[in-house]
Parts: sequence; C-alpha cells; structure tokens
Amino acid sequence: MAGTQVPMRLRPLHYFWATFRRQWRSDISTTFLTPVLYLASIGAGLGSFIKGGQVLASLGGEDYLSFVAPALLVTTAMQVAVSRSTYDVYGCKNWWSGAYRSMLAAPLSVGDIVTGHLAWVAARVGLASAFYLAVSAAFGAVHSPAAAADLVVGPVVGLAFAAPIIAYAITVRHEQPFVMIFRLVMVPLFLFSGTFFPLSQLPTGLRYIAYVLPLWHGVELSRGLYQGSLGAWPALGHLAYLVVVIAVGSMAASRTYRKELAP
Amino acid sequence: MSSPAPRVGVTVASPRFARPAALVGRNLMVQKAVPYVWATGLVEPVFYLLSIGVGIGHLVGKMPGPNGAEVPYAAFVAPALLASSAMNGAVYECTTNIFDKLHWAKIYRGVVATPLTPRDIAVAEVASAVVRSALYSAAFLVAMAVLSGTRSPWALLALPCAVLVGLAFAACGFMSACYMRSWTDFDKVMLVQMPLFLFSATFYPLSVFPRWLQLLVEAAPLYQGVAACRELCLGQPSWDIIGHLAYLAALAGAAMAISTRRATKLLTP
Amino acid sequence: MTEPLVMARALVKRFGNFVAVDHIDFDVLPGEAFGFLGPNGAGKSSTMRMIGATSPRSGGELRVLGVEPDDYGPQVRARLGVVPQEDNLDTELSVSDNLYVYGRYFGIPRRQLRQRVAELLDFAQLAERAGDRVNDLSGGMKRRLTIARSLVNQPELLLLDEPTTGLDPQARHLLWDRLHRLKRSGVTLLVTTHYMEEAEQLCDRLVVMDRGRIAAMGSPRQLIERYVSREVVELRFDDEEAPAMASLVNGLAPHTEALADRLLLYTEDGDLTAQAVARRGLKPTNVLVRRASLEDVFLRLTGRQLVD
Repeated sequence: MAGTQVPMRLRPLHYFWATFRRQWRSDISTTFLTPVLYLASIGAGLGSFIKGGQVLASLGGEDYLSFVAPALLVTTAMQVAVSRSTYDVYGCKNWWSGAYRSMLAAPLSVGDIVTGHLAWVAARVGLASAFYLAVSAAFGAVHSPAAAADLVVGPVVGLAFAAPIIAYAITVRHEQPFVMIFRLVMVPLFLFSGTFFPLSQLPTGLRYIAYVLPLWHGVELSRGLYQGSLGAWPALGHLAYLVVVIAVGSMAASRTYRKELAP
Repeated sequence: MSSPAPRVGVTVASPRFARPAALVGRNLMVQKAVPYVWATGLVEPVFYLLSIGVGIGHLVGKMPGPNGAEVPYAAFVAPALLASSAMNGAVYECTTNIFDKLHWAKIYRGVVATPLTPRDIAVAEVASAVVRSALYSAAFLVAMAVLSGTRSPWALLALPCAVLVGLAFAACGFMSACYMRSWTDFDKVMLVQMPLFLFSATFYPLSVFPRWLQLLVEAAPLYQGVAACRELCLGQPSWDIIGHLAYLAALAGAAMAISTRRATKLLTP
Repeated sequence: MTEPLVMARALVKRFGNFVAVDHIDFDVLPGEAFGFLGPNGAGKSSTMRMIGATSPRSGGELRVLGVEPDDYGPQVRARLGVVPQEDNLDTELSVSDNLYVYGRYFGIPRRQLRQRVAELLDFAQLAERAGDRVNDLSGGMKRRLTIARSLVNQPELLLLDEPTTGLDPQARHLLWDRLHRLKRSGVTLLVTTHYMEEAEQLCDRLVVMDRGRIAAMGSPRQLIERYVSREVVELRFDDEEAPAMASLVNGLAPHTEALADRLLLYTEDGDLTAQAVARRGLKPTNVLVRRASLEDVFLRLTGRQLVD
C-alpha cells in the first residue's frame, strides 16, 4: 500500500478534513452567501448610484460592480485565510484536541505541521474563491475567461497572509491579540487597498503603504484577470512579490512553530 | 419565615442593580488589562467612515436624505455606520465571549454559587456590552462631526439611539449564545448579521429595493436604528423615530426575558 | 436540641424521566462534618446542588439555614461556600483577583475584601502566586484556590463536591489539613466523595448513597460495626481460583465476599479465623488480617453480592 500513502507534509490534512466534515454545512453557507450578499448590496445596490463618465473612467470604464467584484474575491481570500490561521492555530495548540500535539506524537515533524496547516488554508481559500468567481460571473461582473486564474490568485493571496500570521499566532498566550490583527490589519486593508475606490484617491503617503502590503497586489491581479487586461510583466511582478511574502512567512513559521511545539 | 441574616460584611444588596454591578466590575477589570482592545475598537468604525463615507462618497457624490433633499454621501452613510457598528460591537461582545464563559471556561458555574442569579448574569453581561458600545458610539459621533460635517444639535440624540441599538443586539447576542452548541454555530449568527449590515438601508435609500424587499427591511431590527440615527444626524427628525425606538426597546425586553429563562435552565438545572 | 443547618425530607430530583435523587431524608447539624459517600451517579452532586440553591428540587422538602433554598436563593447562597467538583476559576483573572472579584459577588466592601483576600492567600499557601494567572497553577494549587474562594464570605456551611479527586497524595493531605482547621473553627462541612479514606478522615457522620437513595447512615465506626465485622481476613489466591474456593471457607466467618482474586472473611477476630483457614488445609498465596474499613461497608452496600 506504500504507493497510495499520503506524504507526511499533507497528513495534517486528515485532521482538518475531519473537522471540516463535521461543520461543512454552515461553512459552505457562509462561504457561498458572503459573495451573494456583498455583490448584491455593494456591487449592484450601491453601484446603481455610481454613474457619470468621469467617475466610471476612474474605475476602469466598466460599472462599479465590475470594479468591486474582483477586489472582493481577494479580500474574501484574505478574510478566510486570516480566520483560519488565527483561532485555528490557537485552537490546535491549546484547546480542542490539542491537535498539534497529537500530530507530533504521530511521526510528523514540525515542518510537516506548518505545511499541512498552510495547505489546509489554501484549500479553504480556493473553495471560497471558486464560489466568488461563480457568483460574480452570475452577476455579470466577469469579462474575460482569464478570471479563472483567480482560483490560483485567491489561495496565493490567502497564503501571503496565512504564512506570516501563523508564525505569530503560534506564539500567543491569549486570544486577545487576534482582535488586533482583525482591526488593525485586516479591516484597513479591506477598506483601503483599492477595493471600494481607486487607490489614486488616497493621499500619497497612504498609497505607498498600500503598495507595500500584499492585498493591493492581489486586487490588481484579480482585477486585471476579470477584465482580461492583465499584462505579463505586472502579473509576474505582483505574483513574485506575493511568493516572497509566502516564503519569508513560512520560514518564520517553521522557526516559531519549532520553538513553541518542540523546544 | 424571615429570610436568613447574612454575616457581617456580606450583603445581599438590592437585587435590581447591585448584584449585576459586581459582574460588570469583573468585566471592566478584565478589559482594563487589555487597553489596546478598547483603543482599536474606537478606531475601527472610523476606518469604515473614511473608506465608505469619504472614499466611496467621492464616487457617489450626493444621496437623497430622509426628506428627499440631497445630502453629501458621507453625511448620509455615517449615521448608518454608527448604528451598524453599535450592532456589530454588541453582537461581537455578547456571543463568543458568553459562549466561552458558559461552556468552556464555565465561569458562570462559579458565579451562580454566589448570591448572583442567572438573571443577574444576563443583565450584567448585556450591561457590560452596552457600556462599551456607548463609549464607541460617542467616539464615532465625534469622528463623524469632524469628517462628515454633522452640525445639527439633534445629532446628540443619536447617541442614546445607538446605545439602544447596542442594548437590543447585546440582548439578542446573549440569547443566541445561550442556545449555541458549538463554535460553528457562530456562522449562523454571521448569516443573520451580515445581511442586516448590508441591506438595512445602510449604504443607500430604501427606494432602490423592490416593494417586497422594502417591507422586509422595514421590519428588520437594524433598519430601526439606521433610520432613527439618520434622521437625527441629518437634523430631520420625524415621529417615526418613536416607533423605531419602541421596536428596539421591545426587542431588547423580549431577548432579555428569553435569555433569563434559558440561562436559568442552563446554569441551575 | 440545635436546629439542623440542612434538613431534607423525601427530597427528590428528576431530570426528565431520570430520577437522580429518590426520596431521601437527612439532617446536617451545626459544626459537624457530614459526608455523602457513593459511586459515580449515585445522586450526590445533585443533592449538593439543591442544597447549594443552584438547582430547584423536584419534590419533597428541603430547608437550608432554616429556609427553602428555592425561594431564598441569593440569601442562602450568601451564607454558603461551594467547592464544585470541577474547578471553575475565572481564567481571565489573576489568583488574587479571583478571590477579590468573587468577594464582590457577595457584596463585600472593597476595603474589607482586600484584607480578606490577603488572609485567604495565606490560608491557601498561595501568597507568592497572587499575581499569577490561574492556568499557570498546578492542580493542587487550583483546588486550594477554589477552596479559599469558597471561604471569602466566611460561610457557615461549606459544600465540598469531591474536593480531592485527581490530586496527588501530598496535595491531598494539605487539603485535608485545611479542612480540619476549618472544622475546628466551627464551619459545618458537607462533603461528597467516593474515597473511603477521605470519608473516614473528614466525616463525623455520613450517608451512603446508591442509585439516588440513602443506603445507610451513621458515623464511619457505626457503619462498620453495623454492616461489617471488626476485622477482615483477606485470602489471596492465584487468579481465577478465588471464587472456586468460596465454598471451602463456609462457616469460618459470618460474612464472606468473593472478589476476583481474593476472598474477604468478615470476622470479629481475624487471627482466629486465619488459623481456622490454615486448619482447613487451604493454601492461599497470601493472608492478610486487617481492621474493617468503610470500603468494606461501601462494597457491601453498593457493590458486589455477598456470599454467606
């Protein structure tokens, strides 16, 4: 049976899959309804008040729905990734089941646990991205088949958040700091990364902050794919940036996980 | 039979107020240890105000207010953000927290062994959430005056209005926490909270919706808060506000009554 | 005669169709240490919760400190101390804040409380850990803190539900010492336990509960005299043999009990009985003569069939 064995690095997925199987119904309904509600309320509803040639030109020519939909796919990827890499890490370490400890008791290394957890986050983000893509296509916000590449962009953006965050989450003794990540990182990025209005409206200083943080790169990629206007070089640039963040984050996570779990 | 006299120093103080106050004190003590959580809670709604009011406002321009006259988008959306952040804050305070204290940390098991009753616990937890919510709302009103140019003195009344929204949703949050069985049940709370936030005439007037949806929205709890706060902040109050406030008060009362019953059943089986 | 602190008559607790406590009667007198002994699920904790005014009774009569706990919950609880089976300390607060906040629940004024907290920290030998988080304490320390917490209101009646379950021997003896001190200072103790040793150590009087009913009541010594004899001869055999041997010891003792690996002979004089065993030509691998304990009473009343 050796040929069918799951590689060590992916074995933690058994655990996550088991927990997912227990709760997938409510997970799926949230994952599915979020895009429907946001696109209907913000995209279509609020979008109906955003008119005028000059304004629409600043949004890339299409309607507001087409402007906001690809960005919301990416912000959702971020939200799913962050929530799966804060409380879930804390829970795996401290509460329910002490799952990490049992993984270590099995022949899994700390590195396998890091990879396994990140693989799980990527899978969940992938699922959410697929839903978002389907819903925004139904709303008529997708203008190019290239948008299908968001199935990769979503998880990449998710990992760019998850990797550094799990590196931090494993070290906390208390859940309170997670609120800070939500309020001081996720919410501002959600609101100011060119999601709801063009980055050009921001004061120069803030704009540069947005350039440095991963979400804007994801938004640019996704928007370019939805419109079919993404150039090869910008695409590579954005992707390369996100990959670097993931790599650095994973390395940091390996270190902090090792320090916490197998000191 | 007279009630037994307690020992010196122990008071079974008047039940309406003093007993829950001890638990509110406990919550404040816990909060004081994490001042950054308070501080960021003040900042979060301001982010929304800047992004949606100012950022999206730049794209939208003007929006018809309650009396039909056009107002700047920031002035239109800010009161709705005030009401919805009161809702979000209260629900956030009163669901996961309470569930944890009920089923995981089992803190309340220790509390019901003291003179406090399950009802005192419900009152105290909701009161703690309202205290915090009131603080956030006050800060938001100040930010709103600065950023969206709210000048009407009526806007001051939006504070008690937002506090009432906080009270109603804190009570609903406590009630839901009492009925939950696992952490995943919080997704269901999200599934109620998100549509309320997105569709309670928060970002644009009701007139966008088809008639059936308008009726549905008008029956929903957050809409009451949004409509009342908007009329007050824009200085265009109508008698409808009385109805909105009565609705919220009734919701708070009903949720408290159910919470008390359920908490009594859970904690003193 | 002094009025009992707790008086139960035909007390019943039902959860749906399940009868947890089934018409029990008992009195707890001021100053005594009263025990509820019984296997898991015997109804001890349900009884404790009714006395503690955190669970309404389903039938019968119950008076605690002279009143009905269902009607005067807060007033009754103001005068009780409760040590639950499972520690439910406030994990968001430090050790000393746990005591302080708990005292506030009893309405104790701040100034008075601060002094009380310091005393209790000393009593529980936790003064050095005052600022620590609860989760950093060992099991024994948490237990001591829970007991200290239950004393914050200087209770007249202290309810202890399985106070030493899960503790190591040192922690347990330290706890017993603290409880003896409390008893000497006049606090009435109500203890549930399934440890015989604990019941013998702590209780002046106890009831043995089984399946919601009271199977026996009395002091540990009385119960032993009433239900078993003064001494016990334990005969160990190699596995499987013991039950087969049961018939061979017929008539050597008033009561005989066959366990899986040994025979217990309840007798007034252990040495004589042991000699009689030897005379019959039995060759157990080990013979032990000891005084009868509460465990024997417990086994007799709630456990195995006796072979006469």
